[in-house]
Amino acid sequence: MTSVLTTGALTLTACGSRDDDKGSDSSKKTTVIIGVDAPLTGQNSATGLGIQGGVQIAVNDANKNNTVPGVTFKVQALDDKAIPAQGQSNATQLVQNEKVLGVVGPLNSGVATQMQQVFATANLVEVSPSNTAPELTQGKNWQTSKSRPFKTYFRTATTDALQGGFAADYAYNTLKKRKVFVVDDKQTYGAGLAKLFKAGFTKAGGKVTGQDHVNTGDTDFSALVTKIKNSKADLVYYGGQYDESEKLTKQLKDGGAKVPLFGGDGMFSDTYIQTAGKTSEGDLATSVGQPVDSLPSAADFIKKYKASGLKGDYGTYGGYSYDAATAIIKAIGNVVKDGKVPSDARTKIVGEVQKTKFDGIAGPVSFDEYGDTTNKQLTVYQVVDGKWKAVKSGTFNG
Amino acid sequence: MNTLPQQLANGLFLGSMYGLIAIGYTMVYGIVQLINFAHGEIFMTGGFGALTVYLYVLPNGTSMWIALPAMLIGGGIVSVLIAVGAERFAYRPLRGAPRLAPLITAIGLSLALQQLVFNWYPNAKNDLKFPQLPFGPVHIGSISIQSGSVFVIIAAPLCMAALALFVSLSRTGRAMQATAQDPDTAQLMGIDTNRIIVIAFAIGGFFAAVAAVSYGLRYGTVKYDMGFQMGLKAFTAAVLGGIGNIYGAMIGGLVLGLAETMATSYIDGIPGMQQLGGGGWSSVWAFVLLILVLLFRPQGLIGERVADRA
Repeated sequence: MTSVLTTGALTLTACGSRDDDKGSDSSKKTTVIIGVDAPLTGQNSATGLGIQGGVQIAVNDANKNNTVPGVTFKVQALDDKAIPAQGQSNATQLVQNEKVLGVVGPLNSGVATQMQQVFATANLVEVSPSNTAPELTQGKNWQTSKSRPFKTYFRTATTDALQGGFAADYAYNTLKKRKVFVVDDKQTYGAGLAKLFKAGFTKAGGKVTGQDHVNTGDTDFSALVTKIKNSKADLVYYGGQYDESEKLTKQLKDGGAKVPLFGGDGMFSDTYIQTAGKTSEGDLATSVGQPVDSLPSAADFIKKYKASGLKGDYGTYGGYSYDAATAIIKAIGNVVKDGKVPSDARTKIVGEVQKTKFDGIAGPVSFDEYGDTTNKQLTVYQVVDGKWKAVKSGTFNG
Repeated sequence: MNTLPQQLANGLFLGSMYGLIAIGYTMVYGIVQLINFAHGEIFMTGGFGALTVYLYVLPNGTSMWIALPAMLIGGGIVSVLIAVGAERFAYRPLRGAPRLAPLITAIGLSLALQQLVFNWYPNAKNDLKFPQLPFGPVHIGSISIQSGSVFVIIAAPLCMAALALFVSLSRTGRAMQATAQDPDTAQLMGIDTNRIIVIAFAIGGFFAAVAAVSYGLRYGTVKYDMGFQMGLKAFTAAVLGGIGNIYGAMIGGLVLGLAETMATSYIDGIPGMQQLGGGGWSSVWAFVLLILVLLFRPQGLIGERVADRA
């Protein structure tokens, strides 16, 4: 009897001491989670995985360089499938996890509208690398009176207000196009972009020969193509994502309409060229910021990304996601000292992100009073020999 | 430029594809009174089967003239196997059960097939590029036909003619008609109804594969979820034409394709209808048409009024 007890006690002690060792090891470092919300499967997943990857690299760097002493960063990536309701449920999940002190994402403006309130209520900072709908930062009436709806929301991407106008300016003044057919996918992003392009193009003196809409998920555009051909447009502007535009451009060129398709950053993806093949040659897209591959500041990032074995490419937003995550990490560094997370950490971090100012890999990072990036760089890309090639970079102020 | 001929042609190509898939719905319904909601996925797997043949079986750079028949056979085999397998393992055990049971199985099977392809086929998360015919658009008068559409406009009538001959002339075809009319009596007359049902599933599967190859050639891509929307449209076409009637399926497909095309091109030109026209509304008008037809002709365009079975 005694011996059994002794053995039991010994075993218990042994177990206990092992646990203690482990415990003291990890207690030196506090784990902080950077949340990611993006479409990781299905529609837009190629772009979404680039966001996840960009954040992962930023977190790897922060851990390696011990950017925030006493803190180990981790990434928790949730898949919103580009569905607004899924984004909202992900936001709720992230908010409930006390270890999450900042979130990067989402990809789609339509998803962001459903997530902002959730984060605002919990004072959790959200930095999107790619949302471009102006009302996210400047309110519903952004054209007449700007007012910021959520102080926890920031973005490192420029808005459509600039992208649509920038594209219109390029189409009219550089490409010398005069007649345009405008198509959009009726989503917050696509319709907004198309509307602003239309406004900019007609203001410059161009003519809109027709307008139509498609549904996301549509595949047959033959009737639309005939309409476009009949309108004698010399350019088609598309507001939407690559999923539909890659099929539209193929059917457009196969249908005998030899006019380029011009779109926004939703179309600016390698998948677009892969799927549309030769028919994408000459097509154009605008995107926020400058091409990451052309920036010397991002060379190191690209090298790390390629070596990391992450799925897919960093895509359009990988660089901006890195900067978004870095802004959050730096803010956490100002709030969390020696691994001690104060009880009002989330609120303080929002304030720190607002004040942030540093040179990111994709350009200077700082936010204005609405949470918009102060970096208004935009670039027009064109498909040349089966690759997106930057043809014009510049700033645009409307 | 007069766009009407071109739009009619667009509608015909789209409608032929719907018609080919609708055959599968209508034959199965005609014989076992089952709406096989997994048929859209049988169509989808046919596309992936054809693509697999091109990517992993044939040597790189095989001419499309050799590859196309091989892809048709490959896609056909996959679709037929899945259709027949579904019949054997998902539907036959439930034959005689209340009709709701096989319907639910069908929906479950549809989701399962979609997820299987999504998770297991390499790179299936994105649109997969489908090989293209090596010639440009064909011009007939003011109509231009994309190379991919040339295939469907030849394949659909050929398939239909072959099926019509088979059903009306061959022994098996006549046995099929008998089974459709009354399976129990047909069995008493010595017809192996199980065999007939398997044949109906197989033919439907093969036609779905032909439609899937048409789809790939026409749109340049195949995708794991392509069966959902096409299946829904084809089902609509089958009902529109009169479900159970194979000619009805083809007519219903054509009518549906034309309706969508016409809606896209002309409705927003009607004064006061700008908000209800254009490409975004084409499906809405297709379903409005379906409702109208069913209101005034519940048996479908060329379906027969059948008395309820005892």
